[in-house]
Amino acid sequence: MDAHIQVKNLNVYYGKQQALKNINIEIPKNQITVIMGPSGCGKTTLLKTFNRFLELLDGAQISGEVLVDGQNIYDREVDVTEVRKAVGLLAQRPSPLPMSIYDNVAYGMHIHKMKSERKEYKAAVRHYLEIAGLWEEVHKRLHDPATSLSIGQQQRLCLARGLAVEPEIILGDEPTSALDPISSQNIESRLLQLKQQYTTVIVTHTLRQAKRLADYVIYMYLGEVIEAGPAREVFTNPKHERTKQYLEGLF
Amino acid sequence: MSRFITQDITRTEDQATRSSAALRTRQDQAAKRTFFIITLLPVFLIVTITVALLVRAWPIISAYGLSDLLLGEVWRPNNGQFGFWPFILGTVWVTTVGVVLSVPACLLVSIYLAEYAHARTRSLAKPILDLLAAIPPVVYGVWGLLAIVPFVDNVLAPLSDRWLGSVSIFSVTQPTGFGILSAGIVLAVMISPLIISVIYEIFSTVPHDLRHASLAVGATQWQTIRNIVLPQVAPGILAAVVLGASRALGETIAVLMVVGNVPNVPTSVFDSAYPLPALIANNYGEMMSIPLYDAALLGAALVLLVVILIFNILSTLVLQRMLRRKWA
Amino acid sequence: MGMKKKYFQRRHIVELFMKTIMRIALVIVAGALGLILWTIISRGLPALSWDMVSQVPKGGYYMGKEGGILNAIIGSAYLASGGTLLAILISLPIALYLKAYLGDSKWGGYVRLSLDVLWGIPSVVYGAFGFALMIILGLRASLLAGIIILALIELPIMTRAMDEVIRRMPAELEHAAFALGSTKFEVALRVVTRQMLPGIVTAVLLAFGRGIGDAASVLFTAGYTDRIPTSLMRPTASLPLAVFFQLGSPYPEVQQRGYAAALILTIIVLAVSLGSRWLSARLNKYTVK
Repeated sequence: MDAHIQVKNLNVYYGKQQALKNINIEIPKNQITVIMGPSGCGKTTLLKTFNRFLELLDGAQISGEVLVDGQNIYDREVDVTEVRKAVGLLAQRPSPLPMSIYDNVAYGMHIHKMKSERKEYKAAVRHYLEIAGLWEEVHKRLHDPATSLSIGQQQRLCLARGLAVEPEIILGDEPTSALDPISSQNIESRLLQLKQQYTTVIVTHTLRQAKRLADYVIYMYLGEVIEAGPAREVFTNPKHERTKQYLEGLF
Repeated sequence: MSRFITQDITRTEDQATRSSAALRTRQDQAAKRTFFIITLLPVFLIVTITVALLVRAWPIISAYGLSDLLLGEVWRPNNGQFGFWPFILGTVWVTTVGVVLSVPACLLVSIYLAEYAHARTRSLAKPILDLLAAIPPVVYGVWGLLAIVPFVDNVLAPLSDRWLGSVSIFSVTQPTGFGILSAGIVLAVMISPLIISVIYEIFSTVPHDLRHASLAVGATQWQTIRNIVLPQVAPGILAAVVLGASRALGETIAVLMVVGNVPNVPTSVFDSAYPLPALIANNYGEMMSIPLYDAALLGAALVLLVVILIFNILSTLVLQRMLRRKWA
Repeated sequence: MGMKKKYFQRRHIVELFMKTIMRIALVIVAGALGLILWTIISRGLPALSWDMVSQVPKGGYYMGKEGGILNAIIGSAYLASGGTLLAILISLPIALYLKAYLGDSKWGGYVRLSLDVLWGIPSVVYGAFGFALMIILGLRASLLAGIIILALIELPIMTRAMDEVIRRMPAELEHAAFALGSTKFEVALRVVTRQMLPGIVTAVLLAFGRGIGDAASVLFTAGYTDRIPTSLMRPTASLPLAVFFQLGSPYPEVQQRGYAAALILTIIVLAVSLGSRWLSARLNKYTVK
């Protein structure tokens, strides 16, 4: 397996409570990995160690390593903003920035000064809105506030905003949980299209979504990884009793 | 027989509950009415203060006219000359210097506390701000007298004379230390807890999701603050500054002790000034002995009150609107 | 992947710069408090004596002779306690009414607006108002007048502080009480008052601290005298004015005592502030959070 993210001996504490217990996993490149498990099992916590979002919480302590392309992102030498540029995040609820649709997509590119001319920005905004499947719907009102979009459109806008800074990895923290079924489906099909170019890691608590999306599956329970492996194997022939119970819907 | 008794008891109990329920409802309504009247008290008080001052100041307003009073440059109560202009300018100078010195530091501190500081730093900063807010004006005055006036006199004035002497607002003509700059420094410290806590509160109304959205694409914290948070809170910051300014406008004892109290039109921050509150407080003893003097001083209080009311109402409206978003 | 930090990138320099000046600003603000306390203590302590807090001014006190400022200490205690008690009588009902009936309604917003505006009115204006009222009513400076004016000054501070804690009361608690069949009035009185005791105590002490330190308003309304007041209708001395008047004296000894008086006032105010913090932390243990 061509691993894009490697997690080694990762432990996370919130105060005295241990949220992640000695995690050792690898996440394959250019596939969709789904982290699943009952709520409170630490899947979002694990996801947020990949873009160093966990350290935004007062009192979260992290030990161990998370390697992206062989580089430990918790290394002292590493620039956290570069990590977050390389590892995009699609949040649980869409969070459009309080600016126009256009500026939302251009925001990250401006932050990183990725283009030099207005024309280039314009072309890039169009490009990423197209990838996110939003261009047709919004190209006539690019300068309207982003909050004027529907929730589903907002989430696709957030996807475009994340892709615009050219990440290699996309994280999704239950990215469809706030959306209606049609919008959810739309996001899911985007993610499936994008998996050729991006390594994608999705947290979900719905087994069906996991089955629809996953190439690779990580099953977590109470802060531990119980089982990890290619989706077909885990879904058809789980090795661990707990995984079996979860897949059978016992809890 | 026993059955009837039971029934009887039930009925009495029933009646008792019903009448007590009625009583309680009535009690509730009576309470509601009384409470409602009490809530009118603050508005009533504001109106009463304004009207009382207006009534007592009316003799001089009707005798001289508002514009002569406000724009008159000569203050000689014994000659019947009552010009507020030097005092109004003194108030403006002192307040401006105080606000200009205070706001940048307050802004930085509140951003730091709201966006960067660990919980531990915040819990240390809170009591410091509380204590700064608790220190009485007269103690600020003593501090100004003992520490700031000599500092201005011995350090800032010579420095300014040497390097900025050609700029008229920094020229030193009366080297005593008592003056606008000393008062401004004292005021800057006095109004800082208010400004900091209001701006801090405003910052906490911005949802975390917005910050996270910006950080998630790799923005630094300062980029996030500048591009996302500050535009959201800008009206609140302005309101906090206006609130701080109105606090500075009305500050009396502390300013009075360090500002020099000379009724001239100031031209430099090192000049003495004589703000309106100091005028009112300094002369209350004599005001009954000279005709119209009391009316003039209460008129000065009225001018102060009107300006402060306008400042306060505007800034409070803005702040209420912004804070409501947080609770909604 | 190039994730190594480039320290000389503009945005990293800006970040570091902003963080540094923010820290400096925090140090300046904290340092100001330190400087104030140090100035008051270092100048006030040498002049402080037992006589100062145990004697009233004797003949020639204001020329540097024997005596103390007990009159001002007692006077301030009377003024601030009286003002605070009176303010509680008005503040508590307003705060409860705001919670029980108005909540975050429009009218509630107006009441809060009026309180905030009242809070912003400077004490010299209250003083001038008191003075105007006294002329109209033909009254002289007295302890009572001082108490009333201080109550008015403390009123908005106390009410808004109470309101802030009361509105944060957990809604479940209130709903539980309603479910048990209480009327709004009873809910307000029992549950809210008991639950909010720490907040209310803090609000009261906050207002007391403001009241005892206020100078400009009592200057007009309470006057100044060397005697300890024996009746509400007599004028009374107060600590802030004791500081103010003694500093205005040409005699160095008297000025020194002014510093000492400032130290006494500072100690009282800081004790009240720290005490309220401690008390509310203690009382907080007994409330549902």
